[in-house]
Amino acid sequence: MCLAVPGKVVSIDHRADPLTGLIDFGGVQKQACLEYLPDIRVGEYVIVHVGFALQRLDEESARASLELFGQLGLLEEEFGDAWEQAARQESGTEAR
Amino acid sequence: MADLATPDTAPVDPANWTCPAPLRDQPVVVMGHGGGGALSAELIEQVFAPAYGNPTLAALTDSAVLGLGGARLAFSTDSYVVRPLFFPGGCLGDLAVNGTVNDLAMSGARPTHLSAAFILEEGVELAVVERVARAMGDAARAAGVTIATGDTKVVESGHGDGVYVTTAGVGLVPEGVDIRPQRARPGDAVLVSGPIGLHGVAVLSVREGLEFGVEITSDTAPLADLVAAMLAVTPDLHVLRDPTRGGLGASLNEIARASGTGVRLRERAVPVPDEVANACGFLGLDPLYVANEGRLVAFVPAEHAEAVLAAMRAHPRGTGAAHIGECVADHPGMVVVATALGGTRVLDLPLGEQLPRIC
Amino acid sequence: MKYIDEFNDPALARRLLDEIHATVTRPWALMEVCGGQTHSIIRHGIDQLLPEQVELIHGPGCPVCVTPLDVIDKALEIAARPDVVFCSFGDMLRVPGTGRDLFRVKGEGGDVRVVYSPLDAVELARRLPDRQVVFFAIGFETTAPANAMAVHQARRLGLANFSLLVSHVRVPPAIEAIMAAPACRVQGFLAAGHVCSVMGTAEYPDLAERHRVSIVVTGFEPLDILEGVRRAVHQLERGEHRVENAYPRAVRDQGNPAAVRMIEEVFEVTDRNWRGIGRIPASGWRLSDAFRAYDAEHRFDVTGIRTEEPAVCRAGDVLQGLIKPTECAAFGTACTPRTPLGATMVSNEGACAAYYLYRRMTDSPAPQGARIPREEVNPVG
Repeated sequence: MCLAVPGKVVSIDHRADPLTGLIDFGGVQKQACLEYLPDIRVGEYVIVHVGFALQRLDEESARASLELFGQLGLLEEEFGDAWEQAARQESGTEAR
Repeated sequence: MADLATPDTAPVDPANWTCPAPLRDQPVVVMGHGGGGALSAELIEQVFAPAYGNPTLAALTDSAVLGLGGARLAFSTDSYVVRPLFFPGGCLGDLAVNGTVNDLAMSGARPTHLSAAFILEEGVELAVVERVARAMGDAARAAGVTIATGDTKVVESGHGDGVYVTTAGVGLVPEGVDIRPQRARPGDAVLVSGPIGLHGVAVLSVREGLEFGVEITSDTAPLADLVAAMLAVTPDLHVLRDPTRGGLGASLNEIARASGTGVRLRERAVPVPDEVANACGFLGLDPLYVANEGRLVAFVPAEHAEAVLAAMRAHPRGTGAAHIGECVADHPGMVVVATALGGTRVLDLPLGEQLPRIC
Repeated sequence: MKYIDEFNDPALARRLLDEIHATVTRPWALMEVCGGQTHSIIRHGIDQLLPEQVELIHGPGCPVCVTPLDVIDKALEIAARPDVVFCSFGDMLRVPGTGRDLFRVKGEGGDVRVVYSPLDAVELARRLPDRQVVFFAIGFETTAPANAMAVHQARRLGLANFSLLVSHVRVPPAIEAIMAAPACRVQGFLAAGHVCSVMGTAEYPDLAERHRVSIVVTGFEPLDILEGVRRAVHQLERGEHRVENAYPRAVRDQGNPAAVRMIEEVFEVTDRNWRGIGRIPASGWRLSDAFRAYDAEHRFDVTGIRTEEPAVCRAGDVLQGLIKPTECAAFGTACTPRTPLGATMVSNEGACAAYYLYRRMTDSPAPQGARIPREEVNPVG
């Protein structure tokens, strides 16, 4: 149910019915139906499943997620116990 | 159990859960039998090998090596069907020559002569046949082989797919060279001659109903020169294989099974071009199972690995060569991938053709 | 590719993993609902990197697993007809019905074609006016807008030779059914991100509250999955049972209203059989009255096909996390990847096949127990 990938809208054919656009998936280009995102604009990213753009990809959210991941553990690291704690956990659980 | 379910939901009765299983004992030929995966292997093991029954065939190598009149002759045949006939970077004719040249080269042979047999469908334009034939002539010259004999048959309209070509080829195996899957040894370095998946993706990009735009071309190329350059470093190459149908994944599995060794692959070391990865991404395919027509995978003794890799990279057909893994004594018969994240997964022999999936 | 590569970053994955390791204090059972997520977990070896206490149960979110046998048999019956061009996503070709699959029907002369998009099937119907083009409309909420648009287009173009064989299923009723099972062990769900891209998240707070279960809307790349696990574990450790969105770049709370409108115009909610689970009320869609003329079941008169599903394996128990694959009597003996009895043994990401392959690799019974020394699995550096 779920194979959907992000691609960038390269062009939109406003005369096509249903509304269609060319999507670039990192050097691979394929037409997709844009009918469910009627106000999408060239240059925006969309999530495409079986030839349909299902949702606009929110670039700000993507950035925020990555920023959050990058900050994980930093607080604990200042106290110097995150790695130790992880190591304790490893030795306890990773015995083969 | 049913009475325990809440009124607004159906009871989940685990005892009744049945799930689909693939039908492996097909009474008819299905496309997967030609896919280079488990179904192809079963066809050979269960139908052809018992019927022909001889030790040469039992080796299941890309080409057979025969002792004839004091010489060691490599001998191979292959049929070529591809749709569409012409694709970015080549056509059926290129595959028909390069494929058989490469099958011979994978036993270390220097290919010399090919045969070419055409099956033409009534109604096909002669210009198409001519284009295929010209491509074969050009490819033969480039590979340094002579197309020495041939045949043509025509089948009624609707009984073929335009043009099918079968080529067979011979070549001489140099003294002291013994290259076959059974010779893989724990400790061998696993090398690949360049980026993978280009041919399969190039063909898919022009397949009816699937068309997508991508600026890559098939990697179809003859590899005998590259093999000669590798043999110049050491005649003691253990295994060579050209990962065509079924891709790198199928070839490595065949080698692991034939030799009773394990293969450990480093995912991040495998050269996958971005376009291949991205096309596979939206189609739901695994690049490790996508076909190549101008690549080889080599199992080389560790002490020669660096020198052989350098020789490959110095050759025009091997500029993108990479050291992608090791042959190991663990998990015999299996290929295990160390993922970029630090996990592992088992890379099994594919069942048959990969199909675009949605899940 | 942008927005894929970044979410595969091994260094960030390490941070998420460390955070999960540092948070977890006791065992938790999480179910990833979607087969696509299972695929990603196996593909990247994520399950081996999680703490032992975090168990991922592979859920029933895969149309290959849950499309009922009688629908497959109807597909086979229709696809074998000489006047029919039967179009399907590649996934369904290897799913066996009673005694055969679509590959076999194709091998016997049926015109079975794999399409990338349902609109490709509509285009075929336009180009082949003398043939009946049938599209196998399977899938979850993610695929429903595409399939709805196909039949909508066919009507607009006046294509009388186009029809759909519909077997659509919906996720929330399945979660409800799983949670209602008496022996259910699931404490948290990684909800299927792309289902929520379409439908939004409105259906989940009630489920989370009534069943006291954490529900985290989760994406599909490795970092997305780890973030889903991290948030679920965080909730569970604090005794919380909320709906969280860990995939905000692709999921809005309201979903995609235009897509939902099209689904509601073309389909109506109906009860559906799930293969192995049984009938779940309101768990599927069928064509609405306005589009009933495009229903292949009626057009080809196959509504009478009823197939009994034989109980041959315990894949159902496995999919609900009630047992581990190794606890099934058939595991590794009657049931192997070469001779699978259930879907969970069919593909490499199936729970049983994963256990089987890892046992072959390590002589150890379970992937989560079969740990490999860290220096060996972590060449990331």
